[in-house]
Amino acid sequence: MGKAIVITSGKGGVGKTTATANIGTGLAMLGYKVVVVDTDIGLRNLDVVMGLENRIVYDIVDVVEKNCRLKQGLIRDKRFQGLFLLPAAQTKDKTAVKPEQMLELVNELKEEFDYIIIDSPAGIEQGFQNSIAGADEAYIVTTPEISAVRDADRVIGLLEAKGMTNPKVIVNRIRLDMVKRGNMMNVEDIIDILAVDLLGVVPDDEAIVISTNKGEPVVSEENPMSSKAFRNICRRITGEEVELLDLEDGEGKFTKLIKLLFS
Amino acid sequence: MDLFNVFSKKNKNSKNIAKERLKLVLVHDRSDLSPKFLEMVKGDMIRVIEEYAEIDEEGLDIKLTRMKRESDDMPVSALVANIPIIKMKDNIK
Repeated sequence: MGKAIVITSGKGGVGKTTATANIGTGLAMLGYKVVVVDTDIGLRNLDVVMGLENRIVYDIVDVVEKNCRLKQGLIRDKRFQGLFLLPAAQTKDKTAVKPEQMLELVNELKEEFDYIIIDSPAGIEQGFQNSIAGADEAYIVTTPEISAVRDADRVIGLLEAKGMTNPKVIVNRIRLDMVKRGNMMNVEDIIDILAVDLLGVVPDDEAIVISTNKGEPVVSEENPMSSKAFRNICRRITGEEVELLDLEDGEGKFTKLIKLLFS
Repeated sequence: MDLFNVFSKKNKNSKNIAKERLKLVLVHDRSDLSPKFLEMVKGDMIRVIEEYAEIDEEGLDIKLTRMKRESDDMPVSALVANIPIIKMKDNIK
């Protein structure tokens, strides 16, 4: 029996889809059988981030309406075995799926997969309600901005009202240089305010943009800091205890040498 | 903006400004309390306290804020009232 995890945030543009793609891919790289599910009906994007947009035949609405079998709706990843995508429909809207249907779908997927990673749409309306319907756990993506943390707090409240206590937070797009100058809230500030557990910290990283351009989640690359951050997150999900990434490591050796010389 | 403030230590850290603003906005988001509620509480408190003391109604300030609970450090919402007392009533002494 697999575990269903919803990735949500309230606010749009904080990196839910990127997080979903990287966590899904990262878990598949660890050898688990994983399906990533896009519930953002009408604004699907997980397919392009995964680089699978050309392979879509059926979508989530086809599956819940039983126009096709579940197996037909799942798209196999082009690089990693055991990784599948269930895309959202692009021409329908959020009312095309009901929470009960979503619950049934997720339960069916749990028989087949170790992890079901559900990408939630922005907002707190029906699309959000659908996305959490079958989830066992929730991970909240936020960035070090007032608006994102505020929305994260609201979503945490809504999840608690639905009985989903103890969601975990991923702080995305941290910029160490700005934190050091005192111009960005740090991870402790955010965790303190939200009063929830931290799952991981992902630095703001150009490599994410480049990997999204290519349709290959950054986690499959060796060196970028953001990739290391997502790999750590995946290992924590599987129950391993992994220390928080030292973001300083990202500094080039040259910069370190200069600092050494002038210190 | 005040030119001197630009260089003062307090303004240097925009993160502290963000934190304070965020804390304040979350208190209101979390509590669902309306300004009307606060006015009602204020009215009742004035009535009760005036039985014992003469208070400065103009200087009275009630607000909802957030603080850490002493027992376990958990963040809690708290109603904080600042009530300036002019003098105690004679019959209480």
